[in-house]
Amino acid sequence: MYDFAYHRPASLEEAERLLSGASDGTLIAGGMTLIPALKQRLASPSDVIDLSGVAGLSGISEAGGAIVVGALTPHAAVASDAVVTARVPALAALAAEIGDPQVRNRGTLGGSIANNDPVADYPAAVLGLGATVRTNRREIAADDFFTGMFETALEDGEIVTAVSFPVPDKAGYTKFSNPASRYAVVGVLVSRGPAGTRVAVTGAGPCVFRSAELEQALAGDFTAAALDAVTVAAEGLNSDIHASADYRAHLVGVMAKRAVAACG
Amino acid sequence: MLTVSMSVNGRKVSRKVEGRTLLVEFLREHLGLTGTHVGCDTSQCGACVVHVDGASAKACTLLAAQAEGTEVTTIEGLAKNGELHPMQAAFKEHHGLQCGFCTPGMVMSAVDLLKRNPDPSETEVREWLEGNLCRCTGYHNIVKAIRAAARAMAG
Repeated sequence: MYDFAYHRPASLEEAERLLSGASDGTLIAGGMTLIPALKQRLASPSDVIDLSGVAGLSGISEAGGAIVVGALTPHAAVASDAVVTARVPALAALAAEIGDPQVRNRGTLGGSIANNDPVADYPAAVLGLGATVRTNRREIAADDFFTGMFETALEDGEIVTAVSFPVPDKAGYTKFSNPASRYAVVGVLVSRGPAGTRVAVTGAGPCVFRSAELEQALAGDFTAAALDAVTVAAEGLNSDIHASADYRAHLVGVMAKRAVAACG
Repeated sequence: MLTVSMSVNGRKVSRKVEGRTLLVEFLREHLGLTGTHVGCDTSQCGACVVHVDGASAKACTLLAAQAEGTEVTTIEGLAKNGELHPMQAAFKEHHGLQCGFCTPGMVMSAVDLLKRNPDPSETEVREWLEGNLCRCTGYHNIVKAIRAAARAMAG
């Protein structure tokens, strides 16, 4: 790992200032992705700006029919939170299956979605529940947030502060985990509620995406059986040592059915 | 260089470190606490698990600077007045260690589990140990030890 200047600002304004003043600055939340990337020299920032000293970025609340999760809230806190467990159990269950217990104690929602790893779980929750991403500058709809592999709509100096998840009538998440890393080979989140009928797929493509054909089938009949006749196209899906594109396409259908069944 | 201060096993410590210094390097090289091991150095094996403000964390995937102001507990901080912690005693009693390399991380991880779930089932113990690897494959006795410790700690 190359050395860098470490900063722990006490406010978002200071964080933004440090970020814009650095020649190649990066933010750190839990660091569960960044620190391994630094060790492999995949990232070599001049400055690392730690958000953990900024007050108000962590915690969970319910307001106006939505669950608001602070960007620095660790996965373990989302998984065990009474409000999340009662109102959006699929979100608690998704958080409970990220990585391992130690990763869940440190890794954060904001860090995960800002990184937008194509095999991460949280992007499926944000997109599949039709959430809104709050930043230090604006609100961004989930449909506009994830723009490509490791790419988001975040601008230079923009910092995720929270995510607001509208409470769905029904939601379920199922993933086919890589047995070593626990990352999603394919993960599917289905939901029905104020954000409509949504199916978000992670792990399968270069970036989390919504499946129009699965959503259409579920819009009229929100049952696993309604998906029996739907075939998911393999075109554009990932093909690697873990799974071929054809296999991933097949898994999208299977995971979607199981996710609907998991809604109860 | 920056100065980081934290409490390690109840002792206040303060050292000058580089920004890139990992917590595990801080513990082992700056404080001489070599009970916390480095196995894979890629946050997978869990040999480096310590507690940061009571929650288990992989010390190889945490900057020392991120632990500023926290209370860190390492394997050296578990025994009190020369008496092994019940988890350590259970690992010894049930042969929960073979080569011993993964043991500090296993023990620290298991102590965190019992704080959250004082009476875990065998399945729950195995699931919790997802981030702790034993290359001797001695999982069976590790699980047995953790469940025995749970019974001992319940009194």
